[in-house]
Amino acid sequence: MTHVPYLVAGYGLSIAAIALYAVSVMRRAKHLAAKVPAERARWMTGNDADVIGES
Amino acid sequence: MTSTETAVAQRGPTRSRATTILGGVVLIGVAVWLFLAFVASGPDIRTTAEGNTIGQFDAVRLLYIHVPLVITAYSAFVVTAIGSFMVLVKKSVWWDLVAGASAEIGSLGAALTLLTGSIWGRPIWNTWWEWGDVRILTTLVLFMLSLGYLAVRRLEGTAEVRAKRSAVVGLLLVVNVAIVNKSVEWWADQTLHQNSTIAEGAIADLKAFTLFFSIVLGLAAYSWMMIHRFRLAWLERQYDRFGIDDAIAARRSEADHAQPVTQGESA
Amino acid sequence: MLSEVLLIAGKDLRIEFRSRVALNQVAPFALLILILFGFALDADRASLTTFTPGLYWVAILLSSVLAVHRSVAVEAGEGAREGLLLSGLRPASVFLGKTVALIAQILVVAIVLLGGVVIFYEATIDDGVLLVTSLVGAVLGVGAAGTLYGALLGGQRARETILPILLLPVLAPVLIAATRAFGDAMGTVAADGWPWTSLLYAFAALYLALGVLAHGVLMEES
Repeated sequence: MTHVPYLVAGYGLSIAAIALYAVSVMRRAKHLAAKVPAERARWMTGNDADVIGES
Repeated sequence: MTSTETAVAQRGPTRSRATTILGGVVLIGVAVWLFLAFVASGPDIRTTAEGNTIGQFDAVRLLYIHVPLVITAYSAFVVTAIGSFMVLVKKSVWWDLVAGASAEIGSLGAALTLLTGSIWGRPIWNTWWEWGDVRILTTLVLFMLSLGYLAVRRLEGTAEVRAKRSAVVGLLLVVNVAIVNKSVEWWADQTLHQNSTIAEGAIADLKAFTLFFSIVLGLAAYSWMMIHRFRLAWLERQYDRFGIDDAIAARRSEADHAQPVTQGESA
Repeated sequence: MLSEVLLIAGKDLRIEFRSRVALNQVAPFALLILILFGFALDADRASLTTFTPGLYWVAILLSSVLAVHRSVAVEAGEGAREGLLLSGLRPASVFLGKTVALIAQILVVAIVLLGGVVIFYEATIDDGVLLVTSLVGAVLGVGAAGTLYGALLGGQRARETILPILLLPVLAPVLIAATRAFGDAMGTVAADGWPWTSLLYAFAALYLALGVLAHGVLMEES
């Protein structure tokens, strides 16, 4: 196979970046979920989901 | 604990049955994609009429990651633009969070598009960076603009002001990308990128299918990522709005449970 | 409408006339950029002359960011924003007024800088009409986009750091087109500068329209 270093760099860096991003999203969510009660944690369960500025 | 709470605790806060299934499909897709890209499909080797061997050889496999990334990134910004528009029309929180989540993923996609493009360009075009190419420069400016958009989203202000401000910047982002594309096209007057090779039938056989499959996989992975990122954004918003109240309530109930004797005092 | 625009523009220009920020700070900063380019390019006359259009417009864009900051800062004073809201002036007039004042200030900087490139870089002007026309078009675009993005960021503390990364990529087409037009006007490139000049005016028209539309949304409640 030709161009192996380029293939490794291209696929490796991209997959690693996407995986890191996904993990960071999950971890941030886990961290926040501990602070937000379950009844507010999902947008479908909120009845105030739709209009900005009614806080 | 209610059943929802248990479910949330077990699966993680941004997961649901839908994302678990979608995530599983994406993971299987990744395995199939890697198989198609590295094993099933062959290198790009063609023979000219004079009998010379030309082609991209195995570097062609980089396209199976570069093309889905660029299509996903641009689609993500289309979603951001739609979300921004909806914020201005419907004043909807939901669309604001969608726009923000999509821009973050799109930004990552644009960065990786530039990276994989650069890595592919080195052996094929013999340069890491091509100044004369319209699509490279447009994508670069798109990436820069998306960083600006994400910075604007983090600015302070009331929820309403922030949503509106972000929506205006989000809509302008698309306008700007269009202008930049037009002006660079005029300036550089060329592109090294080939036209859609599939449409022309230049890449036939399994290469075309692999490319098509990778694009579908990219969009599926985007959807999966979007759901998670959106739910995180929702959590962030809820924490910003109710965080202090909830913390106080939690502290109260803790105190109530810990010292039932002094319950009367804390009430 | 016109009187409102002139009222706002007059207010900003009076503030400028008293404080002289554009003339005493922004214009010298722009000249300083020219001189730094001179040092960086090792005072090589030939390259400096060749690259004059590009260097000139980079200097203009960077100093315009400062001018936009100033334009926003005069509204960030105590009660200034509320005063503007309560004045009953239409948001579009406020936008256009502030744009006119900003354009006037950037034009002054641009003229000072033109003298700078003629003296320091030995730039020659072959086609004065093209030069002036493209200069005005480019400054119109910079002024309109600058006012719009400046208004977006308003009194934000992080404004100083965000405005450049937000505004400069947006102005990339202006840099490309103005450099090409100046290249033709100064005889450094063999290209026709007029299509580029029309692109500059199209950009300016688009951003003036966007600013008029968006300013209402932004002023309403921010």
